Amino acid sequence: MALRPGTVLYHLREAGLSIIRNGWLALASTGVVTVALLIFGGSLLFVLNTHHVIGDIESKVEISVFLKSDVSPRDVEALGTRLQQRPEVAEVRFISKEEALQIVKQDLGDKADLLAGMEKDNPLPDTYRVRTHHADQVAALAAEVATWPGVEQVRYGQEVVERLLAVTRWARLVGAGAMFFLAGAAVFLIATTIRLSVYARRREISIMKMLGATNWFVRSPFLLEGVILGLTGGLVAVGLTMAGYFPLVSVLESALPFFRLVSERQVLLPVFGGLVLFGLILGTLGSFISVHRFLKV
Amino acid sequence: MLQLYNVTKIYPNSIPALLDVSLRIQRGEFVFLVGPSGAGKTTLTKLILREELPTRGQILFNGKSITRLRPSEVPYLRRRIGVIFQDFRLLPNKTAYENVAFALEVTGASRREIRRAVPAVLARVGLADRAHLFPAQLSGGEQQRVCVARAIVNNPLLLIADEPTGNLDPENSWQLMRLFEEINRGGTTILMATHAWDIVDQMKKRVVALSHGRIVRDEQEGAYGYGA
Repeated sequence: MALRPGTVLYHLREAGLSIIRNGWLALASTGVVTVALLIFGGSLLFVLNTHHVIGDIESKVEISVFLKSDVSPRDVEALGTRLQQRPEVAEVRFISKEEALQIVKQDLGDKADLLAGMEKDNPLPDTYRVRTHHADQVAALAAEVATWPGVEQVRYGQEVVERLLAVTRWARLVGAGAMFFLAGAAVFLIATTIRLSVYARRREISIMKMLGATNWFVRSPFLLEGVILGLTGGLVAVGLTMAGYFPLVSVLESALPFFRLVSERQVLLPVFGGLVLFGLILGTLGSFISVHRFLKV
Repeated sequence: MLQLYNVTKIYPNSIPALLDVSLRIQRGEFVFLVGPSGAGKTTLTKLILREELPTRGQILFNGKSITRLRPSEVPYLRRRIGVIFQDFRLLPNKTAYENVAFALEVTGASRREIRRAVPAVLARVGLADRAHLFPAQLSGGEQQRVCVARAIVNNPLLLIADEPTGNLDPENSWQLMRLFEEINRGGTTILMATHAWDIVDQMKKRVVALSHGRIVRDEQEGAYGYGA
């Protein structure tokens, strides 16, 4: 059947009338689509931002190699050379125990006198700060250096990174679970709405069949109704997410300048586009189920 | 144009609705289908419209097997058959004009075609001045004529009427019959299932009588007969 403008208009009008007639149920199913997509969008943005932060941290990760206190100055120097000769190492910086104490004092500021007298018996170790070319070389290098003689302990941003990754894993799991559940509820509600539409118009449907309407002609208004419900839910969810996210970005930018949220358009646009598309899919799925179960044509 | 070969229809857990029915209707014929309630008249119309499939037997419409149609072909069969019911089956929220236009809309006709065809067919059934009234504002006879307009607006080969005068007074019934005769003169084949013996007796058309699912009589210029 050719898609004439008149036919498309007819289907759209019928779908619109049905939505108005279904009123509250249409509102409820749109609402559930919205909530499901809000949760989806929220967790997506959360995961996106945590990964952004992790990338930030990893690029700044230095390995701190703390040396044993009984290592001779010559061995200290040898260790430094050995580190520098590694191909994955980009930069090696030596921080003597005296420098380390200065740094701690600076950090303490006006409470520096707490450390008075420490110069004589400095408990801090000599340290090498090592940077690698790539973040993924950090863990392997750190593990190897820890076995070298004269090395007391090796530390790097591992803990922070792993904690953040654990958080994103949870966020993903909870987000996916909640979304899965709500998406199911949304599909069910849309299917129910469409089922009521079919029921309300069963007389009209039987007349259409008698007059020789094709299956697609009979089904189209109902499919369209579901698509409109899902699409509306998706658009509302995107609107709410944008209304919440962008103020958050600017607030954080002024309050915590070093903690920057993702705000690039090319990253966010697919997220928002995906939400709308997902709403569309939920709506189509719901109406498809109902049309095939309750509209035997 | 319409041929039935040894058609049997048995609904589950029931006695046969049609038993070994063979019937041949030529193009342009006017056929009354008579018989008591439960004789199988409605089942026969359902089989022709492919609302039901026969349990056994073969039905040809315009040279094509109805029983072997793919589901996607059924709508195109129905567009070539106009149907009229005792209870009208008009959409109450559409005007007479819109109800007739609906038959064209579902076939994907253009607005121009609709604007051309609908007034013409409404004039043909004598409702040109009632086009914009709703079914509730029309008399029974007028409503049935809207149904006739809706049934013939697609220029069907066959017009099936299932007790079309069942809800009409004698005057309106006769008016409808004159309309049917005129449509029949235009070349449309008419198959009318009815209880109205007076109409059948006076029209002197072919009469096919069904009883207990079998054809018991088939005569040209027949009467309702047997005081049934």
